Amino acid sequence: MYYEFLPNADTAITVQFEKKISDEINGYVTALAEVLQGSAIPGIIELIPTFSSLTVLYDCSVIKAKELKDKLAELIGGMQVGRSGKSVICNIPVCYEPEYSPDMENVCAHTGLSREEVIALHTSKPMLIYMLGFLPGFAYLGGMDERLATPRLKSPRLEIFEGAVGIGGNQTGIYPVASPGGWQLIGKTPVKVFDPHREAPILYRAGERIKFYSVTSEEFDRISELVRRGEYTPEITEAE
Amino acid sequence: MLEIITGGALSLIQDSGRFGVMKDGFTQSGAMDRHSMKLANALLKNDLNAPVIEMMMKGVTAWFTEETYFCVTGGEFRIKLNENEIKTNTVYKADKDDIITIGSAKSGLRCYLAVAGGFKVSLVMGSASTNLKIGIGGYEGRKLKTYDTLETGAASQDIKEGESVNGPVFGGEITVGAVPGPQSDMFSDDELNKFFGEEYTVTSEIDRMGIRLEGPALTAENGSDIISDGIVFGSVQIPNSGKPIILMADHQTTGGYAKIATVISADLPKLAQARPGDKIRFVKKTVEEAEVLAAEELKYFEELSGR
Repeated sequence: MYYEFLPNADTAITVQFEKKISDEINGYVTALAEVLQGSAIPGIIELIPTFSSLTVLYDCSVIKAKELKDKLAELIGGMQVGRSGKSVICNIPVCYEPEYSPDMENVCAHTGLSREEVIALHTSKPMLIYMLGFLPGFAYLGGMDERLATPRLKSPRLEIFEGAVGIGGNQTGIYPVASPGGWQLIGKTPVKVFDPHREAPILYRAGERIKFYSVTSEEFDRISELVRRGEYTPEITEAE
Repeated sequence: MLEIITGGALSLIQDSGRFGVMKDGFTQSGAMDRHSMKLANALLKNDLNAPVIEMMMKGVTAWFTEETYFCVTGGEFRIKLNENEIKTNTVYKADKDDIITIGSAKSGLRCYLAVAGGFKVSLVMGSASTNLKIGIGGYEGRKLKTYDTLETGAASQDIKEGESVNGPVFGGEITVGAVPGPQSDMFSDDELNKFFGEEYTVTSEIDRMGIRLEGPALTAENGSDIISDGIVFGSVQIPNSGKPIILMADHQTTGGYAKIATVISADLPKLAQARPGDKIRFVKKTVEEAEVLAAEELKYFEELSGR
C-alpha cells in the first residue's frame, strides 16, 4: 500500500494514500482512522478523513512529529487492508413530492427519466460517504447512478432549505443546514442530520453509507414531529 | 457578572476552539490570536483556554456588577476604567459598578478581555467558542450586544493586582515562519523561492475564515486543483488566481486547492492582528523549529500562570 507523510507545520501530519477517488483507497483512510481511535497514542487532537488522505492533528507539547510518524508507520504497516466485511448503512427518509422538489422537472428533462424513475434510481442502493466537509455533516457521497447526473443550476440559490436533497453533476447529497448552493433539489429529508445539541451532532461518519428511501408527505410530517420531540432515530442496517 | 452596554464591532466569546469535530465538517473556531487569549488567562491564573471576549477594531463598553479582576491583551486599544486610562497586559481590579470602555484599535486588529475565573457560558460540542456561520456556541451563537450579561467563574487565589508583562507589538511589517507542504511539491523551485522571498500585502478581504494576500502570483505546474483534503489553522492555499489565502480560525475543514505551506503556530497571532495594507514575508522553517518555538511559548505561559 502506497502512502506518504505530508507536513502541516507543527499542527498536523497528513497521511496521503494514492491520490485517487475510489472505494478501495477511501477504505484505507477509514481503516487508519479506526486504528488510530483505538490506539490511544497520546497527543492526537483530532482526525480529518478525506477522499484519499487522513490529516492527524497533534499537540506538539505531548508528541513530536518524528515520534508520531514512527507510530503511524507502525500502525499502517499492521493494518488490515480494505474495508472490514460489513458496512454500516444509515437509512434516510426523503420526501420527493412536488412541495419539496422544486428542480425535479429539470432533472427529468435533462435525464429523460420520469419522476418515478428518478426516485427509484435515487433510492436504489447505499452510497459511500467518502468524507464530510463544506458544511457540518455535508457528506460527499460516491456511487450515485450515473443516469441521474444533472448539471448544477446556472445561478446558485442564495438559500437552500435545511434537509434539502439535491443532485449536482454526478454527485448527490443532503444540505444539513440552510446554505447557498447550486444543486438541483429533488427532495427533502425530515431528519436533522446535524443537531449541535445532540450527543452525536452528526448522524453518520465518513466510511459509512447512506441509503435514501421515499416517504409520502404524511410520513414526512409524522417523522418531523418525532424529530421535534427528539424521539426519532434513523434505521441503521449492515450489509456485507 | 459583566453586563454589556455597547457591543463594539464584532465581540465574540472564544476559547481555544472546538476539537474533535472537523471529521464532521465542522470548523474549530476559537480565538484568532491564541497567544493574546492565553496571555490574558495566564495573567489571571485561569485555565489557559478559559473563555474570553475577542473584540475587533472597536471594543465593548461594559459594567462590572461586582468586584472583578480582569485584564486586556492583544492589539493596542484605547481602554478606560471609568475615567482613567488603563494599559494592556496588566491585571486590574474593577470595583462594583465600574465601567470599562474599550475604544478603537491604535495598532493590531483584535484585543481580548479576560476576567478572573473566565466567562461562564454553556458549552456546545465541548467548547465555548462562537461559530457565527452556524449560530452556535459563545453567547447564543452570536456577537455580543447591549444588555447581554455574562457570568464569571471562580477566581484563583493567586491573582496579583498590578501584575504586568510586555506583550508582543503588532502591525507594520510582519515576518512569519512557514513550513513547506503539504503540497509544496506541486510548485517549482522558482515558485517556492518567490513565496519565501517576495513581499505580500494583506488585502481588505480578511475575516475569521481567512486572509487574502496581494503580491506575486504563484502557479502550480499542473494547476492548483487537488482531491479535497484536510485544512488546518495556518494552511496557505494557492487558488487558481495564484494569490495566497491563509486559512484562519473559522476555516473550512477541507479544500480542493494546493497548499504551498503552513504557517507555524507560534506566528499565527501576528496574522490574526494584521490589517489591510500590512506587509508579510514568509520565512522557511522546519517542523522541528516550529515545535521548539511552540514549546517555548507554552513554557512561558506555564511559568506566568504559576502552573
